Amino acid sequence: MSARAWLARLSPLIGLAGVFLFFLIAVWSRTGRNIFATPGNLQTIALQSAIVGMAALGMTMIILSGGIDLSIGSTVALTSVVAACLMKLRGWPAFPAACGAILAGGLCGLLNGVLVTRLQVVPFIITLGTLLILRGAAKGLADEQTVIPAASALDSLLDVGSVLPSGVWMLAMLAVGVALVLRHTRFGLHLHAVGSNEAAARLCGVPITRTKIQVYTIGGVFGGLAGLLQYSRLAMGDPTAAPGLELDVITAVVIGGGSLAGGEGSVLGSLVGALFMTTIRNGCSQMGWPNYRTEIVAGVIIILAVAVDRWRHRRGL
Amino acid sequence: MTAGLRLEMTGVRKRFGATVALDGVDLAVAPGECHALVGQNGAGKSTLMKVLSGAHTPDEGALRLDGAPYAPRDPLEGRRRGIAMIYQELSLAPHLSVEENIVLGVEPARFGWLDRKEIRRRATESLALLQHEEIAPDAAVSRLPMARQQIVEIARALAIGCRVLVLDEPTSSIPQHDAERLFALLDRLLGRGISIVYISHFIEECKRVADRYTVLRDGRTVGGGAMADATPAQIVDLMVGQKVGQLYPRSTRTPGEVLLSVEGVELRRGEVLGIAGLIGAGRTELLRRIFGLDGVGPAPAARWRQGIGFVSEDRKNEGLALGLSIADNLMLSKLDPIVLPSRQASASRRWIDALAVKCASPFQRIGDLSGGNQQKIALARLLHHDVDVLLLDEPTRGIDVGSKAQIYQRIDDLVSKQNKAVLLVSSYTPELLGTCDRIAVMVRGKLGPARPVGEVDEHSLLFEATGEAAA
Repeated sequence: MSARAWLARLSPLIGLAGVFLFFLIAVWSRTGRNIFATPGNLQTIALQSAIVGMAALGMTMIILSGGIDLSIGSTVALTSVVAACLMKLRGWPAFPAACGAILAGGLCGLLNGVLVTRLQVVPFIITLGTLLILRGAAKGLADEQTVIPAASALDSLLDVGSVLPSGVWMLAMLAVGVALVLRHTRFGLHLHAVGSNEAAARLCGVPITRTKIQVYTIGGVFGGLAGLLQYSRLAMGDPTAAPGLELDVITAVVIGGGSLAGGEGSVLGSLVGALFMTTIRNGCSQMGWPNYRTEIVAGVIIILAVAVDRWRHRRGL
Repeated sequence: MTAGLRLEMTGVRKRFGATVALDGVDLAVAPGECHALVGQNGAGKSTLMKVLSGAHTPDEGALRLDGAPYAPRDPLEGRRRGIAMIYQELSLAPHLSVEENIVLGVEPARFGWLDRKEIRRRATESLALLQHEEIAPDAAVSRLPMARQQIVEIARALAIGCRVLVLDEPTSSIPQHDAERLFALLDRLLGRGISIVYISHFIEECKRVADRYTVLRDGRTVGGGAMADATPAQIVDLMVGQKVGQLYPRSTRTPGEVLLSVEGVELRRGEVLGIAGLIGAGRTELLRRIFGLDGVGPAPAARWRQGIGFVSEDRKNEGLALGLSIADNLMLSKLDPIVLPSRQASASRRWIDALAVKCASPFQRIGDLSGGNQQKIALARLLHHDVDVLLLDEPTRGIDVGSKAQIYQRIDDLVSKQNKAVLLVSSYTPELLGTCDRIAVMVRGKLGPARPVGEVDEHSLLFEATGEAAA
């Protein structure tokens, strides 16, 4: 790979470093000491990134194939409620309950995939619909309340262990897995092809329908995993959790080089994108800024980051 | 059934609602034969090829492939049976590498894991077969020039073992020297026994590559035979159905004052100034700069107000809004504040009649018209706006002879009768010589002096365009 291609691949990382440095200096000069780049705060950033990062793994594959899943936030809320209900109401132990939640996530994704391919309606609309449907289902299942089971092993997914909590390690391993699948499997090649030129892929005999159903289902499974992390963070199932999470997830993928037109996107980029978003939020709160200002800053930085990326793309740099 | 034929189509009929697209077409191609399929736009060539590829099922008629009945349900089955189509708009996945495109759909894999070595081997093999080893198998397709992308598509067709290769206007978007390489490559494929159906508007090109030809007109086969026995004039006569009159009309023109003087271009009232040059010489960019596209100089809206209009070479993406109606496209540069359908209809009828545009109504979607009729509307937009300066970029690319003749006639009227000025970029030298008063040649971004058309000919233009004259 040429130096230029490497630079292109590393550019999200450079952006992340820039944002990091900015807050390091800004927080330091404001408070007079380094409270930003401390092991404790870095750990917090990693934890906060884990939920978005996990969901972004699935979203990367979906966006790569030219699709989108707006229902991911609702999927996360629903699966965290499913895990909680299975433990509290059915008395299931932690592990089977976790499996149940992941399965529920997969079913949500399957629903999206089947609707997108059978009804021939664009995924934006389909998943806008399932965003409401799944959120409603979560609230109905939880009876519009938070579901709080007894303490279990699931609570500790995002607890700080020796270096990083198990949920973060899980995310890292799955990220490597997804990257390998995208690069080295027939399924991965088909995802790229469908997103890049669906008509050409169909002509070449790529099973379009099956590929799409599979990718939405996998996206749902990652939604389920993110739901477990969400559960673990609060130690309860909250049907109103993760509002607007889909926007953070999609933004993470796009900042990481994903193209909403399909055909582009990378696992590393999306994870960096997730860290990028969390770093901004974390940095703003370290600055002691009020919430409204954080939101405005985050919005501005998203637009800047993507605009710079597209500009770089056009220039062929 | 005739023994030894690769492809045989007999009595093919296809209708869409009330429109008869194909009304009894016969086509026979032998192994290792290159067969030119010619005809004006709307003659039924594309429909026939869609029947062949499996995109359309014929209402009547029989297809045979190497003697066996052939009735594909969809393009995928057609492809599996060995029919490969190379359309003008290439069907490659731009984000994938060359080798990934070549093996797409037939990837060698073990338990779903790609066998990268085997992929590389197959891609290298088919590229070597085409003698195009200079294309790197791991290059991203989107970074390759059009001519190379075309080679990748042919390599993909070979990798799945195609028996019939259909090429639709393959030279329309590639430079001349690449076209020569393509012809040499086609010769090699023919030598391997692959049959080729070659569709082109350029009769000279068909004569260069094809052994036999078939002419379609109004959905029927109206003639055919050995290429060597036919003159281009005879073939054009068959396509048109009558003798083409004077293709390039030229009335008395009296150039007046200078209307436009920018970027080294000096354009007078009542003249057609042509710009010749190779593809990539910067002619399109020059027109775009003059018109203020691509963010330099005044905006296009200001240019329209100054009475300058532009017809883009890229009809589908830039020239027209294919989803809108004829009337909307026609009046887009000069819309009334309140759009009244009655006024739209009367204004468009005027141009539809004047340019003999074949359409159902002014409110028909323009994307449903043939290329020639679309192009007439693109030109009519400038006429409706009543601009003084017309910037035309490849105004007759990919359209049929009949529409071309009407466009030439209109250009002549504009400069001789209405005292307008036309700046014409074209890659087709006879067209430049036929329509222009003065011709300038552009070489690597530099525009040469404009010479009266009497002082240049095809040879001298090509000589200058390839940069030989300067030396």
